[in-house]
Amino acid sequence: MFSTLNIRAALIAGTATLLLVAAILVGSRNLNNFDAALVAYLFGCIFACFAVVYRYCVWLQRPPTWKYFVRGWELLFSRHFVPYVLELVKHLFTQFIGQKFIRNRGTARGVGHMLMAGGCTLAFAVTFPLVFGWVNFQLKPGGIDTYEVYNFGFKVMEFPLHSWVAEALFNALNWSAILVIAGVMIMMRRRLTHAGQIAIQTFEGDWLPLLLLLAISLTGLGISLDYKFMEGKAHQFMAITHAITVILFLIWLPFGKFYHIIQRPAQFGIALYRKAGEAGPQAICPHTKLVYDTKLHVDDVKDVAAEIGFNYARKDGTSHLDYSPQGKRALLAKAHLKARQDSGAFFG
Amino acid sequence: MNTTTFRTDQEFFIDPQRCIGCHACEMACAECETNGQQPMIHVDYVDRYLTPQTSVQVCMHCEDPTCAKVCPADAITKDEFGVVHSANHARCIACSNCVQACPFGVPRKITPMDLMMKCNLCYDRTSVGKRPMCATVCPSGALYYGTREKMRELRPNSTPVNQFRFGQQVVKTKVNIMMPKGATELVVDAQ
Repeated sequence: MFSTLNIRAALIAGTATLLLVAAILVGSRNLNNFDAALVAYLFGCIFACFAVVYRYCVWLQRPPTWKYFVRGWELLFSRHFVPYVLELVKHLFTQFIGQKFIRNRGTARGVGHMLMAGGCTLAFAVTFPLVFGWVNFQLKPGGIDTYEVYNFGFKVMEFPLHSWVAEALFNALNWSAILVIAGVMIMMRRRLTHAGQIAIQTFEGDWLPLLLLLAISLTGLGISLDYKFMEGKAHQFMAITHAITVILFLIWLPFGKFYHIIQRPAQFGIALYRKAGEAGPQAICPHTKLVYDTKLHVDDVKDVAAEIGFNYARKDGTSHLDYSPQGKRALLAKAHLKARQDSGAFFG
Repeated sequence: MNTTTFRTDQEFFIDPQRCIGCHACEMACAECETNGQQPMIHVDYVDRYLTPQTSVQVCMHCEDPTCAKVCPADAITKDEFGVVHSANHARCIACSNCVQACPFGVPRKITPMDLMMKCNLCYDRTSVGKRPMCATVCPSGALYYGTREKMRELRPNSTPVNQFRFGQQVVKTKVNIMMPKGATELVVDAQ
Protein backbone atom coordinates (compact mmCIF):
# COMPACT_ATOMS: atom_id res chain seq x y z
CA MET A 1 0.00 0.00 0.00
CA PHE A 2 2.72 2.46 0.97
CA SER A 3 4.73 1.72 -2.18
CA THR A 4 2.03 3.46 -4.22
CA LEU A 5 1.40 6.25 -1.72
CA ASN A 6 1.68 9.64 -3.37
CA ILE A 7 3.57 11.61 -0.74
CA ARG A 8 2.80 15.06 -2.14
CA ALA A 9 -0.91 14.29 -2.39
CA ALA A 10 -0.92 12.77 1.11
CA LEU A 11 0.72 15.89 2.56
CA ILE A 12 -1.74 18.23 0.86
CA ALA A 13 -4.70 16.04 1.84
CA GLY A 14 -3.41 15.86 5.43
CA THR A 15 -3.08 19.64 5.56
CA ALA A 16 -6.57 20.12 4.13
CA THR A 17 -7.99 17.71 6.69
CA LEU A 18 -6.25 19.51 9.56
CA LEU A 19 -7.60 22.82 8.25
CA LEU A 20 -11.10 21.34 8.16
CA VAL A 21 -10.76 20.06 11.74
CA ALA A 22 -9.52 23.52 12.80
CA ALA A 23 -12.42 25.17 10.99
CA ILE A 24 -14.83 22.81 12.75
CA LEU A 25 -13.32 23.62 16.16
CA VAL A 26 -13.39 27.36 15.53
CA GLY A 27 -16.78 27.40 13.75
CA SER A 28 -18.50 25.32 16.41
CA ARG A 29 -16.93 27.39 19.21
CA ASN A 30 -14.79 24.58 20.57
CA LEU A 31 -17.54 22.06 19.85
CA ASN A 32 -19.98 23.94 22.09
CA ASN A 33 -22.42 24.13 19.17
CA PHE A 34 -21.59 20.66 17.91
CA ASP A 35 -24.43 18.12 17.97
CA ALA A 36 -23.00 14.93 19.49
CA ALA A 37 -25.67 12.86 17.73
CA LEU A 38 -23.91 13.68 14.46
CA VAL A 39 -20.47 12.46 15.47
CA ALA A 40 -20.51 9.49 13.06
CA TYR A 41 -21.31 11.85 10.19
CA LEU A 42 -18.46 14.09 11.29
CA PHE A 43 -15.90 11.29 11.04
CA GLY A 44 -17.34 10.35 7.63
CA CYS A 45 -16.84 13.95 6.47
CA ILE A 46 -13.27 14.11 7.77
CA PHE A 47 -12.38 10.86 6.01
CA ALA A 48 -14.07 12.08 2.81
CA CYS A 49 -12.12 15.35 3.01
CA PHE A 50 -8.78 13.53 3.18
CA ALA A 51 -9.65 11.04 0.45
CA VAL A 52 -11.19 13.58 -1.93
CA VAL A 53 -8.23 15.97 -1.66
CA TYR A 54 -5.78 13.06 -1.99
CA ARG A 55 -7.45 11.78 -5.15
CA TYR A 56 -7.80 15.28 -6.56
CA CYS A 57 -4.08 15.91 -6.07
CA VAL A 58 -3.13 12.59 -7.68
CA TRP A 59 -5.47 13.37 -10.55
CA LEU A 60 -3.96 16.84 -11.01
CA GLN A 61 -0.50 15.35 -11.35
CA ARG A 62 -1.42 13.69 -14.66
CA PRO A 63 0.20 15.78 -17.42
CA PRO A 64 -3.00 16.55 -19.39
CA THR A 65 -4.91 17.48 -16.24
CA TRP A 66 -2.10 19.65 -14.92
CA LYS A 67 -1.85 21.43 -18.27
CA TYR A 68 -5.49 22.50 -18.17
CA PHE A 69 -5.38 23.28 -14.44
CA VAL A 70 -2.46 25.67 -14.91
CA ARG A 71 -3.87 27.21 -18.09
CA GLY A 72 -7.25 27.85 -16.44
CA TRP A 73 -5.79 29.66 -13.41
CA GLU A 74 -3.29 31.56 -15.60
CA LEU A 75 -6.16 32.95 -17.66
CA LEU A 76 -8.28 33.82 -14.67
CA PHE A 77 -5.44 35.74 -13.03
CA SER A 78 -4.06 37.26 -16.22
CA ARG A 79 -4.00 41.00 -16.88
CA HIS A 80 -6.89 40.59 -19.34
CA PHE A 81 -9.06 38.66 -16.92
CA VAL A 82 -12.38 40.47 -17.55
CA PRO A 83 -13.61 38.41 -20.56
CA TYR A 84 -12.60 35.22 -18.74
CA VAL A 85 -14.52 36.18 -15.60
CA LEU A 86 -17.56 36.97 -17.79
CA GLU A 87 -17.18 33.61 -19.54
CA LEU A 88 -16.96 31.94 -16.16
CA VAL A 89 -20.19 33.57 -14.98
CA LYS A 90 -21.95 32.65 -18.23
CA HIS A 91 -20.73 29.07 -17.94
CA LEU A 92 -21.78 28.94 -14.29
CA PHE A 93 -25.39 29.80 -15.12
CA THR A 94 -25.87 27.96 -18.42
CA GLN A 95 -23.88 24.79 -17.91
CA PHE A 96 -23.23 24.36 -14.21
CA ILE A 97 -26.50 25.50 -12.65
CA GLY A 98 -28.64 25.23 -15.78
CA GLN A 99 -26.98 21.95 -16.89
CA LYS A 100 -27.78 22.73 -20.52
CA PHE A 101 -25.27 20.19 -21.77
CA ILE A 102 -27.05 17.37 -19.94
CA ARG A 103 -30.47 18.42 -21.24
CA ASN A 104 -28.94 18.31 -24.72
CA ARG A 105 -28.09 14.67 -24.10
CA GLY A 106 -31.79 13.94 -23.54
CA THR A 107 -34.77 15.72 -21.96
CA ALA A 108 -35.65 13.04 -19.40
CA ARG A 109 -32.01 12.62 -18.56
CA GLY A 110 -31.62 16.37 -18.11
CA VAL A 111 -34.67 16.61 -15.85
CA GLY A 112 -33.61 13.55 -13.83
CA HIS A 113 -30.10 14.86 -13.34
CA MET A 114 -31.33 18.33 -12.47
CA LEU A 115 -33.61 16.89 -9.78
CA MET A 116 -30.84 14.76 -8.30
CA ALA A 117 -28.25 17.53 -8.47
CA GLY A 118 -30.67 20.07 -6.99
CA GLY A 119 -31.66 17.72 -4.19
CA CYS A 120 -28.07 16.79 -3.39
CA THR A 121 -26.90 20.41 -3.43
CA LEU A 122 -29.66 21.41 -1.03
CA ALA A 123 -28.83 18.45 1.20
CA PHE A 124 -25.11 19.30 1.21
CA ALA A 125 -25.89 22.94 2.03
CA VAL A 126 -27.89 21.82 5.06
CA THR A 127 -25.93 18.79 6.22
CA PHE A 128 -22.33 19.96 6.20
CA PRO A 129 -22.84 23.16 8.27
CA LEU A 130 -25.03 21.22 10.72
CA VAL A 131 -22.55 18.36 11.07
CA PHE A 132 -19.62 20.76 11.51
CA GLY A 133 -21.50 22.72 14.18
CA TRP A 134 -21.31 25.85 12.05
CA VAL A 135 -25.07 26.27 12.16
CA ASN A 136 -27.24 25.55 15.17
CA PHE A 137 -30.72 26.39 16.38
CA GLN A 138 -31.67 27.50 19.87
CA LEU A 139 -34.93 28.47 21.56
CA LYS A 140 -35.07 32.18 22.21
CA PRO A 141 -34.69 32.73 25.95
CA GLY A 142 -37.91 33.71 27.69
CA GLY A 143 -40.30 31.78 25.45
CA ILE A 144 -41.06 28.51 23.70
CA ASP A 145 -42.23 29.68 20.30
CA THR A 146 -39.26 31.44 18.71
CA TYR A 147 -36.13 29.86 17.32
CA GLU A 148 -32.79 31.57 16.84
CA VAL A 149 -30.31 30.57 14.13
CA TYR A 150 -26.61 30.82 14.95
CA ASN A 151 -23.93 30.73 12.29
CA PHE A 152 -20.37 30.20 13.57
CA GLY A 153 -21.73 31.16 16.99
CA PHE A 154 -23.19 34.46 15.77
CA LYS A 155 -26.94 34.97 15.76
CA VAL A 156 -28.08 35.56 12.19
CA MET A 157 -31.88 35.34 12.40
CA GLU A 158 -34.88 34.28 14.41
CA PHE A 159 -38.27 32.95 13.35
CA PRO A 160 -41.52 31.86 14.98
CA LEU A 161 -41.84 28.11 15.45
CA HIS A 162 -45.16 27.88 13.59
CA SER A 163 -44.34 29.83 10.45
CA TRP A 164 -43.58 29.08 6.82
CA VAL A 165 -39.88 29.85 7.47
CA ALA A 166 -39.79 27.14 10.13
CA GLU A 167 -41.58 24.70 7.83
CA ALA A 168 -39.15 25.43 4.98
CA LEU A 169 -36.02 25.21 7.12
CA PHE A 170 -36.91 22.17 9.20
CA ASN A 171 -38.10 20.24 6.16
CA ALA A 172 -35.22 21.25 3.86
CA LEU A 173 -33.80 17.74 3.92
CA ASN A 174 -37.23 16.27 3.22
CA TRP A 175 -37.61 18.51 0.16
CA SER A 176 -34.16 17.47 -1.01
CA ALA A 177 -35.05 13.78 -0.49
CA ILE A 178 -38.20 14.17 -2.60
CA LEU A 179 -36.22 15.84 -5.39
CA VAL A 180 -33.57 13.11 -5.32
CA ILE A 181 -36.12 10.28 -5.30
CA ALA A 182 -37.91 11.77 -8.31
CA GLY A 183 -34.59 12.12 -10.15
CA VAL A 184 -33.47 8.61 -9.25
CA MET A 185 -36.77 7.17 -10.54
CA ILE A 186 -36.28 8.86 -13.92
CA MET A 187 -32.68 7.65 -14.16
CA MET A 188 -33.55 4.10 -13.10
CA ARG A 189 -36.28 3.92 -15.70
CA ARG A 190 -33.72 4.96 -18.31
CA ARG A 191 -31.27 2.33 -17.15
CA LEU A 192 -33.96 -0.36 -17.29
CA THR A 193 -35.27 0.49 -20.75
CA HIS A 194 -32.45 2.00 -22.85
CA ALA A 195 -30.72 -0.77 -24.78
CA GLY A 196 -27.52 1.20 -25.22
CA GLN A 197 -27.27 1.89 -21.50
CA ILE A 198 -28.09 -1.71 -20.62
CA ALA A 199 -25.16 -2.84 -22.78
CA ILE A 200 -22.52 -0.69 -21.13
CA GLN A 201 -23.78 -0.06 -17.61
CA THR A 202 -22.19 -1.68 -14.58
CA PHE A 203 -23.61 -2.32 -11.13
CA GLU A 204 -20.92 -0.45 -9.22
CA GLY A 205 -20.60 2.35 -11.74
CA ASP A 206 -24.21 3.09 -12.58
CA TRP A 207 -26.71 1.27 -10.35
CA LEU A 208 -25.01 1.46 -6.97
CA PRO A 209 -24.92 5.31 -6.98
CA LEU A 210 -28.65 5.42 -7.76
CA LEU A 211 -29.47 2.81 -5.12
CA LEU A 212 -27.36 4.63 -2.55
CA LEU A 213 -29.06 7.97 -3.27
CA LEU A 214 -32.43 6.26 -3.03
CA ALA A 215 -31.51 4.60 0.28
CA ILE A 216 -30.25 7.89 1.75
CA SER A 217 -33.41 9.70 0.68
CA LEU A 218 -35.86 7.04 1.84
CA THR A 219 -34.22 6.57 5.24
CA GLY A 220 -34.00 10.35 5.63
CA LEU A 221 -37.70 10.71 4.90
CA GLY A 222 -38.23 7.77 7.27
CA ILE A 223 -36.85 9.77 10.18
CA SER A 224 -39.47 12.49 9.62
CA LEU A 225 -42.18 9.94 8.99
CA ASP A 226 -41.28 8.20 12.23
CA TYR A 227 -41.44 11.23 14.51
CA LYS A 228 -44.49 12.73 12.85
CA PHE A 229 -46.67 9.67 12.45
CA MET A 230 -45.14 6.81 14.47
CA GLU A 231 -44.38 8.58 17.73
CA GLY A 232 -40.69 7.87 17.29
CA LYS A 233 -41.14 4.11 17.64
CA ALA A 234 -38.72 3.34 14.80
CA HIS A 235 -36.35 6.20 15.49
CA GLN A 236 -33.28 4.08 16.24
CA PHE A 237 -33.72 1.96 13.13
CA MET A 238 -34.33 4.99 10.91
CA ALA A 239 -31.49 7.03 12.40
CA ILE A 240 -28.97 4.20 12.20
CA THR A 241 -29.84 3.11 8.65
CA HIS A 242 -29.78 6.73 7.50
CA ALA A 243 -26.39 7.27 9.14
CA ILE A 244 -25.01 4.11 7.54
CA THR A 245 -26.15 5.10 4.05
CA VAL A 246 -24.87 8.68 4.36
CA ILE A 247 -21.50 7.53 5.72
CA LEU A 248 -21.24 4.98 2.89
CA PHE A 249 -21.84 7.87 0.49
CA LEU A 250 -19.12 9.96 2.14
CA ILE A 251 -16.60 7.12 2.17
CA TRP A 252 -17.35 6.19 -1.43
CA LEU A 253 -17.39 9.80 -2.68
CA PRO A 254 -13.71 9.88 -3.65
CA PHE A 255 -13.70 6.49 -5.36
CA GLY A 256 -16.90 6.00 -7.30
CA LYS A 257 -19.21 7.80 -9.67
CA PHE A 258 -19.90 10.59 -7.19
CA TYR A 259 -16.35 11.82 -7.71
CA HIS A 260 -17.64 13.57 -10.83
CA ILE A 261 -19.22 16.11 -8.46
CA ILE A 262 -15.68 17.11 -7.48
CA GLN A 263 -14.23 16.74 -10.96
CA ARG A 264 -16.90 18.54 -12.98
CA PRO A 265 -15.75 22.13 -12.19
CA ALA A 266 -12.76 21.38 -14.45
CA GLN A 267 -15.23 22.21 -17.22
CA PHE A 268 -14.86 25.87 -16.22
CA GLY A 269 -11.17 25.70 -17.06
CA ILE A 270 -11.98 24.22 -20.47
CA ALA A 271 -14.42 27.06 -21.20
CA LEU A 272 -11.74 29.67 -20.43
CA TYR A 273 -9.13 27.76 -22.39
CA ARG A 274 -11.41 27.59 -25.41
CA LYS A 275 -12.07 31.32 -25.25
CA ALA A 276 -8.35 32.06 -25.03
CA GLY A 277 -7.66 29.76 -27.98
CA GLU A 278 -10.32 31.40 -30.13
CA ALA A 279 -8.71 34.80 -29.55
CA GLY A 280 -5.31 33.51 -30.73
CA PRO A 281 -4.01 31.95 -33.95
CA GLN A 282 -5.89 29.01 -35.44
CA ALA A 283 -4.52 25.68 -36.64
CA ILE A 284 -4.87 24.94 -40.36
CA CYS A 285 -4.79 21.33 -41.53
CA PRO A 286 -2.06 20.72 -44.15
CA HIS A 287 -4.43 18.32 -45.95
CA THR A 288 -7.81 20.07 -45.92
CA LYS A 289 -6.31 23.58 -45.74
CA LEU A 290 -9.11 24.45 -43.32
CA VAL A 291 -9.09 25.72 -39.75
CA TYR A 292 -9.87 22.79 -37.48
CA ASP A 293 -8.87 23.88 -33.97
CA THR A 294 -6.98 26.54 -32.08
CA LYS A 295 -3.20 26.51 -32.40
CA LEU A 296 -2.94 26.74 -28.62
CA HIS A 297 -4.80 23.46 -28.24
CA VAL A 298 -2.97 21.62 -31.01
CA ASP A 299 0.42 22.66 -29.58
CA ASP A 300 -0.63 21.71 -26.05
CA VAL A 301 -1.87 18.29 -27.15
CA LYS A 302 1.45 17.68 -28.92
CA ASP A 303 3.35 18.66 -25.76
CA VAL A 304 1.19 16.48 -23.52
CA ALA A 305 1.40 13.50 -25.91
CA ALA A 306 5.20 13.82 -25.96
CA GLU A 307 5.33 14.14 -22.18
CA ILE A 308 3.45 10.88 -21.68
CA GLY A 309 5.60 9.01 -24.17
CA PHE A 310 3.97 9.31 -27.60
CA ASN A 311 6.20 10.51 -30.40
CA TYR A 312 4.22 11.47 -33.49
CA ALA A 313 7.06 13.66 -34.81
CA ARG A 314 8.07 13.21 -38.43
CA LYS A 315 11.58 13.52 -39.74
CA ASP A 316 10.84 16.89 -41.36
CA GLY A 317 10.07 18.40 -37.96
CA THR A 318 6.29 18.42 -38.39
CA SER A 319 3.98 16.10 -36.51
CA HIS A 320 1.21 13.71 -37.43
CA LEU A 321 -0.80 15.63 -34.85
CA ASP A 322 -0.57 18.77 -37.01
CA TYR A 323 -3.31 17.24 -39.18
CA SER A 324 -7.02 17.58 -38.54
CA PRO A 325 -8.99 14.39 -37.83
CA GLN A 326 -10.15 14.39 -41.46
CA GLY A 327 -6.57 14.98 -42.63
CA LYS A 328 -5.33 12.05 -40.53
CA ARG A 329 -7.96 9.76 -42.03
CA ALA A 330 -6.97 10.89 -45.53
CA LEU A 331 -3.28 10.24 -44.78
CA LEU A 332 -4.11 6.71 -43.72
CA ALA A 333 -6.27 6.08 -46.80
CA LYS A 334 -3.53 7.42 -49.09
CA ALA A 335 -0.87 5.31 -47.39
CA HIS A 336 -3.07 2.25 -47.78
CA LEU A 337 -3.68 3.02 -51.47
CA LYS A 338 0.06 3.44 -52.00
CA ALA A 339 0.82 0.13 -50.28
CA ARG A 340 -1.70 -1.60 -52.54
CA GLN A 341 -0.34 0.18 -55.62
CA ASP A 342 3.23 -0.82 -54.75
CA SER A 343 2.14 -4.44 -54.39
CA GLY A 344 0.77 -4.41 -57.94
CA ALA A 345 -2.85 -5.16 -57.03
CA PHE A 346 -5.50 -2.88 -55.60
CA PHE A 347 -7.42 -5.77 -54.09
CA GLY A 348 -6.41 -9.10 -52.71
CA MET B 1 -26.47 -6.75 -16.19
CA ASN B 2 -23.29 -6.17 -18.08
CA THR B 3 -22.97 -9.93 -18.59
CA THR B 4 -21.20 -10.38 -21.84
CA THR B 5 -20.87 -13.02 -24.48
CA PHE B 6 -18.25 -11.08 -26.42
CA ARG B 7 -16.73 -13.48 -28.95
CA THR B 8 -12.98 -13.28 -28.71
CA ASP B 9 -12.57 -15.41 -31.86
CA GLN B 10 -14.15 -12.64 -33.95
CA GLU B 11 -12.11 -9.72 -35.23
CA PHE B 12 -12.73 -6.57 -37.21
CA PHE B 13 -11.02 -6.26 -40.61
CA ILE B 14 -11.17 -3.09 -42.66
CA ASP B 15 -10.04 -2.63 -46.24
CA PRO B 16 -10.35 1.08 -47.16
CA GLN B 17 -9.54 0.22 -50.78
CA ARG B 18 -12.89 -1.54 -51.03
CA CYS B 19 -14.90 1.41 -49.75
CA ILE B 20 -17.28 2.70 -52.43
CA GLY B 21 -18.54 5.62 -50.35
CA CYS B 22 -22.15 4.38 -50.22
CA HIS B 23 -22.61 5.52 -46.59
CA ALA B 24 -24.62 2.40 -45.74
CA CYS B 25 -22.30 1.87 -42.76
CA GLU B 26 -23.04 5.38 -41.56
CA MET B 27 -26.78 4.76 -41.65
CA ALA B 28 -26.33 1.44 -39.87
CA CYS B 29 -24.00 2.97 -37.30
CA ALA B 30 -26.75 5.41 -36.35
CA GLU B 31 -28.80 2.40 -35.26
CA CYS B 32 -26.30 1.61 -32.50
CA GLU B 33 -28.01 2.60 -29.27
CA THR B 34 -24.81 3.10 -27.32
CA ASN B 35 -24.13 6.05 -29.64
CA GLY B 36 -27.48 7.66 -28.96
CA GLN B 37 -28.40 7.06 -32.62
CA GLN B 38 -25.53 9.21 -33.88
CA PRO B 39 -23.26 7.76 -36.57
CA MET B 40 -19.72 7.39 -35.30
CA ILE B 41 -18.14 5.90 -38.41
CA HIS B 42 -16.34 8.21 -40.83
CA VAL B 43 -16.80 7.99 -44.60
CA ASP B 44 -14.66 10.54 -46.41
CA TYR B 45 -13.65 11.56 -49.87
CA VAL B 46 -9.87 11.41 -49.60
CA ASP B 47 -9.20 14.27 -52.01
CA ARG B 48 -12.46 15.25 -53.70
CA TYR B 49 -10.91 17.35 -56.49
CA LEU B 50 -8.37 14.78 -57.60
CA THR B 51 -9.90 11.37 -57.09
CA PRO B 52 -13.19 9.59 -56.40
CA GLN B 53 -11.38 7.59 -53.70
CA THR B 54 -13.35 7.28 -50.48
CA SER B 55 -12.26 5.82 -47.20
CA VAL B 56 -13.97 4.42 -44.18
CA GLN B 57 -12.70 4.69 -40.63
CA VAL B 58 -13.89 2.99 -37.48
CA CYS B 59 -12.16 3.23 -34.12
CA MET B 60 -9.11 0.99 -34.32
CA HIS B 61 -9.19 0.26 -30.55
CA CYS B 62 -5.50 0.82 -29.90
CA GLU B 63 -3.60 -1.41 -27.50
CA ASP B 64 -2.19 1.73 -25.86
CA PRO B 65 -4.83 4.31 -26.72
CA THR B 66 -3.45 7.84 -27.05
CA CYS B 67 -6.98 9.23 -26.61
CA ALA B 68 -7.24 7.68 -23.14
CA LYS B 69 -3.76 8.78 -22.11
CA VAL B 70 -4.28 12.43 -23.07
CA CYS B 71 -7.71 12.61 -21.46
CA PRO B 72 -7.44 14.96 -18.48
CA ALA B 73 -10.60 13.54 -16.93
CA ASP B 74 -9.78 9.80 -17.03
CA ALA B 75 -12.97 9.41 -19.02
CA ILE B 76 -11.81 6.89 -21.62
CA THR B 77 -11.27 3.27 -20.66
CA LYS B 78 -10.29 0.05 -22.36
CA ASP B 79 -12.05 -3.12 -21.25
CA GLU B 80 -10.80 -6.68 -20.86
CA PHE B 81 -11.63 -7.43 -24.52
CA GLY B 82 -9.53 -4.52 -25.76
CA VAL B 83 -12.54 -2.37 -26.66
CA VAL B 84 -11.78 1.31 -26.06
CA HIS B 85 -15.07 2.82 -24.96
CA SER B 86 -16.55 6.22 -25.63
CA ALA B 87 -15.93 8.79 -22.93
CA ASN B 88 -17.64 8.22 -19.61
CA HIS B 89 -20.55 10.67 -19.73
CA ALA B 90 -20.17 11.73 -16.12
CA ARG B 91 -16.48 12.51 -16.47
CA CYS B 92 -15.95 13.90 -19.98
CA ILE B 93 -15.29 17.64 -19.82
CA ALA B 94 -15.29 18.06 -23.61
CA CYS B 95 -11.74 19.33 -23.88
CA SER B 96 -11.23 17.64 -27.30
CA ASN B 97 -7.78 16.35 -26.38
CA CYS B 98 -8.81 12.90 -27.62
CA VAL B 99 -10.13 14.35 -30.87
CA GLN B 100 -6.78 15.98 -31.63
CA ALA B 101 -4.55 13.22 -30.30
CA CYS B 102 -6.12 10.18 -31.99
CA PRO B 103 -3.74 9.26 -34.83
CA PHE B 104 -6.64 7.80 -36.82
CA GLY B 105 -8.88 10.88 -36.50
CA VAL B 106 -11.75 8.98 -34.93
CA PRO B 107 -13.30 10.68 -31.86
CA ARG B 108 -15.89 13.39 -32.37
CA LYS B 109 -16.80 16.12 -29.97
CA ILE B 110 -20.54 16.66 -29.74
CA THR B 111 -20.43 20.32 -28.75
CA PRO B 112 -24.02 20.84 -27.52
CA MET B 113 -23.63 17.85 -25.21
CA ASP B 114 -20.10 18.76 -24.10
CA LEU B 115 -19.19 15.17 -24.79
CA MET B 116 -16.77 13.11 -26.82
CA MET B 117 -18.26 10.16 -28.65
CA LYS B 118 -16.70 7.55 -30.85
CA CYS B 119 -17.18 4.09 -32.29
CA ASN B 120 -17.20 1.55 -29.48
CA LEU B 121 -17.41 -1.51 -31.68
CA CYS B 122 -21.22 -1.50 -31.31
CA TYR B 123 -20.75 -2.80 -27.79
CA ASP B 124 -24.49 -3.34 -27.33
CA ARG B 125 -24.25 -5.89 -30.16
CA THR B 126 -20.73 -7.34 -29.88
CA SER B 127 -21.15 -7.89 -26.13
CA VAL B 128 -23.94 -10.34 -26.95
CA GLY B 129 -22.09 -12.07 -29.78
CA LYS B 130 -23.48 -10.06 -32.70
CA ARG B 131 -21.55 -8.23 -35.39
CA PRO B 132 -21.18 -4.43 -35.41
CA MET B 133 -23.90 -2.76 -37.46
CA CYS B 134 -21.54 -1.33 -40.07
CA ALA B 135 -20.04 -4.74 -40.82
CA THR B 136 -23.49 -6.25 -41.36
CA VAL B 137 -24.39 -3.81 -44.15
CA CYS B 138 -21.14 -3.07 -46.01
CA PRO B 139 -21.86 -4.22 -49.59
CA SER B 140 -18.25 -4.20 -50.79
CA GLY B 141 -16.40 -5.98 -48.02
CA ALA B 142 -14.56 -2.90 -46.82
CA LEU B 143 -15.80 -3.73 -43.33
CA TYR B 144 -15.80 -7.31 -42.15
CA TYR B 145 -16.29 -8.81 -38.72
CA GLY B 146 -15.60 -12.50 -38.31
CA THR B 147 -12.93 -15.08 -37.71
CA ARG B 148 -9.39 -14.77 -38.97
CA GLU B 149 -9.76 -18.13 -40.78
CA LYS B 150 -12.79 -16.91 -42.70
CA MET B 151 -10.97 -13.74 -43.65
CA ARG B 152 -8.04 -15.77 -44.93
CA GLU B 153 -10.44 -17.71 -47.16
CA LEU B 154 -12.07 -14.55 -48.46
CA ARG B 155 -8.85 -12.60 -49.09
CA PRO B 156 -6.11 -15.11 -49.90
CA ASN B 157 -3.81 -12.42 -51.26
CA SER B 158 -4.06 -10.08 -48.31
CA THR B 159 -2.68 -10.05 -44.79
CA PRO B 160 -4.42 -8.53 -41.81
CA VAL B 161 -2.13 -6.01 -40.18
CA ASN B 162 -2.65 -4.28 -36.85
CA GLN B 163 0.51 -2.21 -36.65
CA PHE B 164 0.77 1.37 -37.89
CA ARG B 165 3.61 3.86 -38.02
CA PHE B 166 2.85 7.56 -37.64
CA GLY B 167 6.13 9.45 -37.75
CA GLN B 168 8.23 7.92 -35.00
CA GLN B 169 5.24 6.37 -33.25
CA VAL B 170 4.25 2.74 -33.67
CA VAL B 171 0.60 2.05 -32.82
CA LYS B 172 -0.85 -1.43 -32.41
CA THR B 173 -4.57 -1.94 -32.64
CA LYS B 174 -7.31 -4.48 -32.02
CA VAL B 175 -8.87 -3.76 -35.42
CA ASN B 176 -6.99 -5.02 -38.49
CA ILE B 177 -6.42 -3.39 -41.84
CA MET B 178 -6.13 -5.63 -44.89
CA MET B 179 -2.73 -5.15 -46.53
CA PRO B 180 -0.89 -6.80 -49.44
CA LYS B 181 0.17 -10.31 -48.56
CA GLY B 182 3.28 -10.40 -46.41
CA ALA B 183 2.98 -6.83 -45.09
CA THR B 184 3.65 -6.38 -41.38
CA GLU B 185 2.70 -2.76 -40.86
CA LEU B 186 1.16 0.25 -42.55
CA VAL B 187 3.50 3.21 -42.62
CA VAL B 188 1.24 6.26 -42.68
CA ASP B 189 3.84 9.02 -42.39
CA ALA B 190 6.60 7.60 -44.56
CA GLN B 191 8.95 10.54 -44.37
